[in-house]
Amino acid sequence: MDDPDNPLLQVSGIHKSFPMPMSILARVRGRERAAVKALRGVTFSVRRGETLGIVGESGCGKSTLARALVRLLTIDDGRIIFDGDDVLSLKGADLRQYNRRVQLVFQDPFSSLNPRMTVGQTLREALAVHNICAPSSIPQRIADLLVLVGLPRDAADRFPFEFSGGQRQRIGIARALSVEPECLIADEIVSALDVSIQAQIINLLMDLQARLKLTLIFVSHDLRVVRYVSHRVAVMYLGKIVEIGETENLFRQPIHPYTSALLAAAPDLDPAKKSTVDAVQGELPSALNVPMGCSFHPRCPKAVDLCRTHAPAEIQTAEGHNAACHLPNTYP
Amino acid sequence: MNTITSPDTLLEVRDLRVRFATANGSAAAVDGASFDIRRREVLGIVGESGSGKSVTLRSILRLSAIGGEVSGSVIWAGRDLMSLSEREMRTIRGREISMIFQEPMTALNPVLTVGEQIRDNLEEHTTLNAEQRRQRAVELLELVGIADPDKRIHDYPHEFSGGMRQRVMIAIALASSPKLLLADEPTTALDVTIQDQVLKLILRLRDELDMGVILVTHDLGVVAQTCDRVVVMYAGRVVESGPVVDVFARPQHAYTLGLLNSVPLAHKSKKTLQPIPGTPPDIGDRPPGCPFAPRCSFATDECDSQPPMKQVSEDHRAACWHHEKVAEGSRAA
Repeated sequence: MDDPDNPLLQVSGIHKSFPMPMSILARVRGRERAAVKALRGVTFSVRRGETLGIVGESGCGKSTLARALVRLLTIDDGRIIFDGDDVLSLKGADLRQYNRRVQLVFQDPFSSLNPRMTVGQTLREALAVHNICAPSSIPQRIADLLVLVGLPRDAADRFPFEFSGGQRQRIGIARALSVEPECLIADEIVSALDVSIQAQIINLLMDLQARLKLTLIFVSHDLRVVRYVSHRVAVMYLGKIVEIGETENLFRQPIHPYTSALLAAAPDLDPAKKSTVDAVQGELPSALNVPMGCSFHPRCPKAVDLCRTHAPAEIQTAEGHNAACHLPNTYP
Repeated sequence: MNTITSPDTLLEVRDLRVRFATANGSAAAVDGASFDIRRREVLGIVGESGSGKSVTLRSILRLSAIGGEVSGSVIWAGRDLMSLSEREMRTIRGREISMIFQEPMTALNPVLTVGEQIRDNLEEHTTLNAEQRRQRAVELLELVGIADPDKRIHDYPHEFSGGMRQRVMIAIALASSPKLLLADEPTTALDVTIQDQVLKLILRLRDELDMGVILVTHDLGVVAQTCDRVVVMYAGRVVESGPVVDVFARPQHAYTLGLLNSVPLAHKSKKTLQPIPGTPPDIGDRPPGCPFAPRCSFATDECDSQPPMKQVSEDHRAACWHHEKVAEGSRAA
């Protein structure tokens, strides 16, 4: 792993909200426009060659974050630094170059592949746009990519509908890898797959990462998978990272009560660990109306008055293990 | 299967077959499934997409899609549901046996308040008068853990969150005090903390209302945490069944072992996952013998013929020629 003081990707204080549509009447009455606050000041960094897992429930902003990182959407505020460059000010050829170096793989490989292009055409387009290799060597390069992700060679002449879900996800990965990226952002890439196929894709991803020395940002709601693939994990709740740390530290000694709740709610494979008590009370608040103070306080078993009024500052319990909580879990 | 029905048995499914017409002739979505569910038991049916688990569940209430040919028997309170008239079936469906689905938003009527939907069910299946029905509807919402039930009864489905909608659907299903609840992936669309709440609600209701539950899921963790016994399905067949503790500790079918090995485990070090190679066979193109043989590392020539369901220990059965080797393999892992 690279020098921790010199990360490949550095994200600081990014904010993104999506304004809601507003009726004329509401506008005339001078109401304030409601907005979904998807990201509310997200800060983290990723070292070269590392896998950072990002977990959270629906609406926590994890997919918005993935899209913001590749500039699929513009953020309201904050900075993204990639390998020393300010990503938000990139233009033209520099932006194209950034988009080559950082690739996003989507959850649903069927809707992210063009149904009327063969796999070969899809890969050729990516290779040609970024001038990855000479036109004469494109067929060989496509064949190599298919072998790399474990697809048969004749796959190049077939259309996406001819493949199963797992194979389509392999095509999505092959397309992302075709342009020789340094950083891969995987947004829920195994969530739609059956468990036996899920394991195949996870193994493929980890093998590719080791061989190609990729930096990986792995976004998922599945704690088991995130624990398995990640070096470090960030837990998101309502647009903020509430805890971040080395994977085993975070899973064995979670600091934030939300992390503890998430871990307790994930069904364990051991039937002996049955419990009858709810891991956490209540439902996720709407991102339109984020609670004051610590956003987790309405569901938190430990919450006191301070939590209802003041957003907690980030605290550190171990090297590189941080959480934003007034009443962190402590361990002897 | 030559089992003696115990007095505890609530429902018996025997040699259930469901065939659908396809472009290349008819194909069996369920190919001879047999299992029992006992009183107060939560039975899990686990399998991957296309294994036939949902079709099996729907066929119990004869809800399989039009064009499906169903055979076999489903014995409920001494009667074979397969031979009842549609009219007789209506006295069982939604009354003695209720069902909840994965997506409550499509299962609920968007233009009726939840109170009206619960009252409709009460009107159809009970003898309560209008005032009693109103009261019972409030009680039911309270039972499933909805705050302010006397106010929420006037709300429409879209005014509830995903987890709350699932609770509403459970309340409707419970209106007729069923003896058996069929649940088809009830928590798959929910977040993990909400899933945890809904599963624990189902367990609590099972205890309070003394009913059996059949829970169809693809998540082995949900089975481990919720079910008493489990039926594992693959390519339309039941390949293994038994108490959850036994099946998870010593799987006797190579497919069950493969499924368990595909899930990343916390306590095991980061050794490579052992996925099952290949993909499940296409419904119209299943191998003649053991359907799992082409993906199985234990497979031999014997597996070209269909393995019988064999009792491996009390209450634990598997359809695998090599179940002893599989069980040894699972112990070694």
